[in-house]
Amino acid sequence: MLPPTPSQTVGPFYGYALPFAKGGEIAPPGDPRTITLHGHVLDGAGQPIPDALLEFWQAGPDGSRSGAPGSLRRDPTTGAVIGRDGVAFTGFGRVPTDADGHYALRTLPPGGPPYISVCVFARGLLHHLFTRAYLGEPEGDPLLDSLEPRDRKTLIATPERDRVYRFDIRLQGDENHEETVFLAFD
Amino acid sequence: MTSPTQKEISAEIAERRDAYAKAVADGAPRMDHPHRDYPPYRSSVLRHPKRPPVPVRDPEAVELTGPVFGHTDVTEWDNDLTRQHTGEPLGERIIVTGRVIDRNGRPVRGQLVEIWQANAAGRYIHQRDQHPAPLDPNFTGVGRCLTDDEGRYTFITIKPGPYPWRNHDNAWRPSHIHFSLFGTAFTQRLVTQMYFPGDPLFPYDPIMQSVTDDAARQRMVAAYDHDLSKPEWALGYRWDIVLDGPTATVFEEGR
Repeated sequence: MLPPTPSQTVGPFYGYALPFAKGGEIAPPGDPRTITLHGHVLDGAGQPIPDALLEFWQAGPDGSRSGAPGSLRRDPTTGAVIGRDGVAFTGFGRVPTDADGHYALRTLPPGGPPYISVCVFARGLLHHLFTRAYLGEPEGDPLLDSLEPRDRKTLIATPERDRVYRFDIRLQGDENHEETVFLAFD
Repeated sequence: MTSPTQKEISAEIAERRDAYAKAVADGAPRMDHPHRDYPPYRSSVLRHPKRPPVPVRDPEAVELTGPVFGHTDVTEWDNDLTRQHTGEPLGERIIVTGRVIDRNGRPVRGQLVEIWQANAAGRYIHQRDQHPAPLDPNFTGVGRCLTDDEGRYTFITIKPGPYPWRNHDNAWRPSHIHFSLFGTAFTQRLVTQMYFPGDPLFPYDPIMQSVTDDAARQRMVAAYDHDLSKPEWALGYRWDIVLDGPTATVFEEGR
C-alpha cells in the first residue's frame, strides 16, 4: 500500500475558490419532496464557526448512489458557474457557513438508509471530519446501534417543522454539550 | 493577549516532533496525516474533537461511493490560471502536473481537482487578506480540471509568494498551492497544500509541521522537474497525490 498524501487545513481563503452558486440546492427547484437541513457549526467554546465549509453526499431519492455530474455546471461562453440543470440529481452539495456559523441545504430525502453524509472543513481544522445527519432513526442501522444514546443523539437531525430539520455540528464538546460523533473509514 | 514569538512556537513544534519520534521508536504506528490537536497552530485548539472518531465498517456505507463530475463542470481553460484576464499576471510562470492515484496505485480517472493560491506577491483576492502586498488585476488564483485516464492533472499558474499571518509574531506561510481532490469514494476526499522544494520557511510553519512524520511531510513537497520546464516560458514541478480511504471496490476485494 502506498502511503497517502497528508491532509492540510482548508485555511481562511477558500471562499473565492470552492463555494459555487446554489451549492446548497441539491433538490431540483420546485420539487414538492424538498427538505431543508440546517444548523450551526460550533467550536469548543460554543462559538459559531464562520469559516467552515460543509460538503454533503447522499443517495438519490430512488436509493441510487451513482450521483450525476453537473453540480457546478458552467456556461461554455463565459465560464461562469450556472449551477445544476434542475433535472439531474447530483447528490453532492457544498455550503460555506455564513457570518453566524450557519448553513442550510435543500435536498430530497435519500432513498435507502435515511442519512446524508457530511464532510467538514474549516480554518483551524487540519484534517477534515466526516459525520452523518440522520433524518430519522432506522431500525438495525449498524452505526447508530453501536453508539451510546447520548452519542447517537448527536447524529439525529431534529425535525423543526414540516420538512425542515436542524442539525448542529459541534467540533469539540464541553462540560455542557456533547461533541458530535465523527467517523473513521479505515 | 500578546502574540507568542516564533521562538516559542518553534519550541512547541520541536517538542511535538520529538514526542512523535519517541512514540514511533516505542512502537506506535506512523501517522500519515496531521494531528488535529496541534496547539502550535493556535486555531486548532478549539476546532478539534477531543474524542477519537468512531470506525464505520459497514460495506453498505454511502460514503464508499462519491460525487462525480464531468465536462459540464469544467471548461477546458480552467486549468490555466494565467489566461483568466485580459493581461498576463506578474510572477514566475510554472507548470504543475502529476497523478492522482489511490493507495493501490490505481489512477483516479475523470475526477475534479480544484486549486487556489496567493499571487506572486503573496496576496489572496480575499477581503480578509489586507496585508500590504499588491493585488494583481490579471490574477485570481483559482483553477480546476478533471483528471485524465491516467489520473493526470496539469495546471499553468504563477509561483505564489509567501505571506504573513497572525498565528504568532512574525509568522509567515511558506509558498503553497491549496489542492482539493475527489476520489471514487467520498471517504477519499482530500484537501491539502502543495509546497515548493527548498523553501526556508518550512521549519517555522506550524501548519506544515502539524504533519510530524518526516516522510509524510515530504510528500507534500513538489519536485522541480527540468524535463517539464519549457524553454523561455515556464518552470515545471511534479507532484503526485495519493488518496487515502477505502472505496466500495476495496471492500469487495475483501480488505
